[in-house]
Amino acid sequence: MSIDISQFIQTFLEESFEGLDSMESLLLSLTSDDSESINAIFRAAHSIKGGAGTFGFSEVARFTHGVETLLDEARAGRRAVTTEMIALLLESVDCIHAMLEAARDGSPVDAARIATIGAAIEASLRTVDHVMLDSKTVDSKVLDTQLPEAAANSHAAAQGPHGWRIVFIPEQDVMRSGNDPLRLIAALRELGVLQVACNTSALPPFEDLNAEDCYLSWEMTLLGEVNREAILEIFEWVEGQCELIVEPLSASAEVVDEMVDEVPHGDNNSAQACPNQSLQASGSEPPSLSVSASASSSAKPAARNRADNGSIRVNTDKIDALINMVGELVITQSMLSQMGSHLQTGDINYCIEGLLEGLAQLERNTRELQENVMSIRMLPISFAFNRFPRMIHDLSASLGKQLKLKLSGEHTELDKNVLEKITDPLVHLVRNAVDHGIESPDVRLAAGKPAVGTVHLNAYHKGGNIVIEITDDGAGLNRQRILAKAVERRLIPAGQSITDEQIHDLIFAAGFSTAEVVSDVSGRGVGMDVVRKNIKALGGSVEVQSRDGLGSTFIIRLPLTLSIMDGQLIGVSGESYVIPLISIVESLQVREDSVKSVASRGMVYRLRDEYIPVLFLHELLGIRSPDTKQLTESLLVVVEADGQRAALVVDDLLGQQQVVIKALETNFKKVGGLSGATILGDGTVALILDVSGLISLSRQITGPARSIHPEENKAA
Amino acid sequence: MRMGMNMGVNMGVNMGQSQANDFTGTGGEGDQFLTFILAGEEYGVDILRVQEIRGWTKTTSIPNAPHYLRGVINLRGTIVPIIDLRERFGMPSLEYGATTVVIVVRAQGLKRDRIMGIVVDAVSEVYSLRAADLQPPPDLGNVIDEQFLQGLATVDEKMVILLDIDRLLNAGALEAEQVLE
Repeated sequence: MSIDISQFIQTFLEESFEGLDSMESLLLSLTSDDSESINAIFRAAHSIKGGAGTFGFSEVARFTHGVETLLDEARAGRRAVTTEMIALLLESVDCIHAMLEAARDGSPVDAARIATIGAAIEASLRTVDHVMLDSKTVDSKVLDTQLPEAAANSHAAAQGPHGWRIVFIPEQDVMRSGNDPLRLIAALRELGVLQVACNTSALPPFEDLNAEDCYLSWEMTLLGEVNREAILEIFEWVEGQCELIVEPLSASAEVVDEMVDEVPHGDNNSAQACPNQSLQASGSEPPSLSVSASASSSAKPAARNRADNGSIRVNTDKIDALINMVGELVITQSMLSQMGSHLQTGDINYCIEGLLEGLAQLERNTRELQENVMSIRMLPISFAFNRFPRMIHDLSASLGKQLKLKLSGEHTELDKNVLEKITDPLVHLVRNAVDHGIESPDVRLAAGKPAVGTVHLNAYHKGGNIVIEITDDGAGLNRQRILAKAVERRLIPAGQSITDEQIHDLIFAAGFSTAEVVSDVSGRGVGMDVVRKNIKALGGSVEVQSRDGLGSTFIIRLPLTLSIMDGQLIGVSGESYVIPLISIVESLQVREDSVKSVASRGMVYRLRDEYIPVLFLHELLGIRSPDTKQLTESLLVVVEADGQRAALVVDDLLGQQQVVIKALETNFKKVGGLSGATILGDGTVALILDVSGLISLSRQITGPARSIHPEENKAA
Repeated sequence: MRMGMNMGVNMGVNMGQSQANDFTGTGGEGDQFLTFILAGEEYGVDILRVQEIRGWTKTTSIPNAPHYLRGVINLRGTIVPIIDLRERFGMPSLEYGATTVVIVVRAQGLKRDRIMGIVVDAVSEVYSLRAADLQPPPDLGNVIDEQFLQGLATVDEKMVILLDIDRLLNAGALEAEQVLE
């Protein structure tokens, strides 16, 4: 019996990435006498190495082994923790990350870099050897002998042998599961020049022969530039039902030799017993092992596909809470059905009372269940924040600035989807803050500020939204330079007076950059518009506040989740629609003297000091029924999107509720002005209005001529 | 299900080529078609595409949509558009009554399948038709767009007009413009 270990590869990769993340964050805060941290880093490296060996990622295992040895020496106090060493370890963390990603996605890996870092680790292992104990010298010798081997192996793998020897011994019942060896051989033939020799020695005497059994085995030689995966893929379906040996034609003899050489080390270094080699050498191994090995390597593409689906780690407390709630729900349900059956026989008044009570309980259960189910998808924002210490560390080195990172509110939770999509914009904003915002130390000292610049990331919940602030204490936005650049790029006419807000808005324009020198960090002007677009795509907003010489703050507002939102139900000409609560500024009753018309067509509403365009929803939505109320009897809902305000004319405000967003595209297509639909309590469908879509819709449609006072219109 | 859909496609292709080409896929019985009445005429759709038949329920209208799109309904949690076939074919529209039914069908598009409802006057019969029974639609001029027709068949001296539901529900304003992520 062979266990299909491929099913654990995904878990291994996830754990390894987590391990690498914790290694990185520990390394960044590492001091020489912090043995607890060094131990933790060592443990993480150790389990990655072990896992990588088990799952056949031999390159990773070898590389990590060097890292582990280095850490082990530091842990035992035989090696001082220096900044060089930390830098080297950070680099190796990156390398392991890249190698594991390559293993997961099949993407190419920067072999040169890995070789350089590997050599550097090796070199540093050799250097401070004076205090080393004897046993350790042996260990490092093992490493030395390994590395050239690794190089040779990878070399061979890269080139690919010119042919393979394939021994295929199916089990007797292979044909009963619908597999035809002939078809497999035919598929192999398509890969290259195939020579087949059939071994009939297992054939029983004719009277014992069962026509449905397979007694044959084959030895084949496949010539051509074929990679191992292609061969193993053909045999994927008979995995576990056959003994399969695939070995390179020329190298087979040598590899077996190497194997014999390595076996003695196997007891103190699990990484060496990697399946690839055991596969090659399976002539001397039990057959079941070789089969499971082929399973693990042929399962790599499958694991890659699974990675796309993504998985989530959920705290067991959350799951326990869910189970409790489902239990309560069941109790409520049985109570309700009991009351229902009483209705026919018992006291009606008593039953109605019980039913109402049960319904109230059901409502509470449902709400709690919903909240808790949603919270499963919630992850703390520290998943996104965690990468910044490293980034700031690297940036401060590459830009020659002294930087300090302050994080707060890391435990603020938000939806996994939102979290994944907000990370890149955040990275961009932090890079910007460091590159554009924070000045170099001498400039800062001259301005009377501390030499060390601070970047502060803060996250908190506010009214159903999550707010993320990125604050730097740098120079702030340079008003003059932005203005000059905007005039130069003809975004605004020269000489026009412009508010601070508008200036700040300019930095989000496409292709806008005020950096004098384009660096590799930022300044190409491809960033901020993308940042804003991404945040908008999530249903959020971004704004910037800046004070000259004191720094700037980027404020990102995001919905907690993408599938449920708070909506305001409104009525227009007898139909119900939902406006996302997040885009509503205020709702008000129309004051007749505040309504002004422009060119008898457009209408504006004077709200305090601002004139806001009035949009007639029933026109925009093409509602045919003309039973719309007079403007003065209607209500105005002031909405904001893309920094623009508009007043929507509605008949009624029907109440607020959480709505589940359903896509119209599933069975129809995208409709302008709508962002989706939802199902109301009575089972009918209500459409969700897309405010920015409505505003752009209003530009295409010219309304009919109208007057504020319909009576005058009639008279005229 | 999948086999059935393939048959439908095959049939469409075969028709144009040769009438003698008997359809043997289902043991000589041919494909089953659900027929319905529209202004006194009998139309048929491949029964394997029919998901369910339900009574008329009030729809929520979609803004700025073509007139024949009556709106969308909630079909057990999914939003399903409803198309009035009378309006689609430019026939005089009818007050919805007790026999007005909605046939929920699965329309295959280039990129994905979509569930849609079509409003018809009444559901009629289920017929088994062989490929040999089908005739290519004659040139009808401007009466109806021929591309929506799969063919004509005669059953018990009645004419049944077989519709190509995929073309019908993916044409014009109903076309799905993009693949969902």
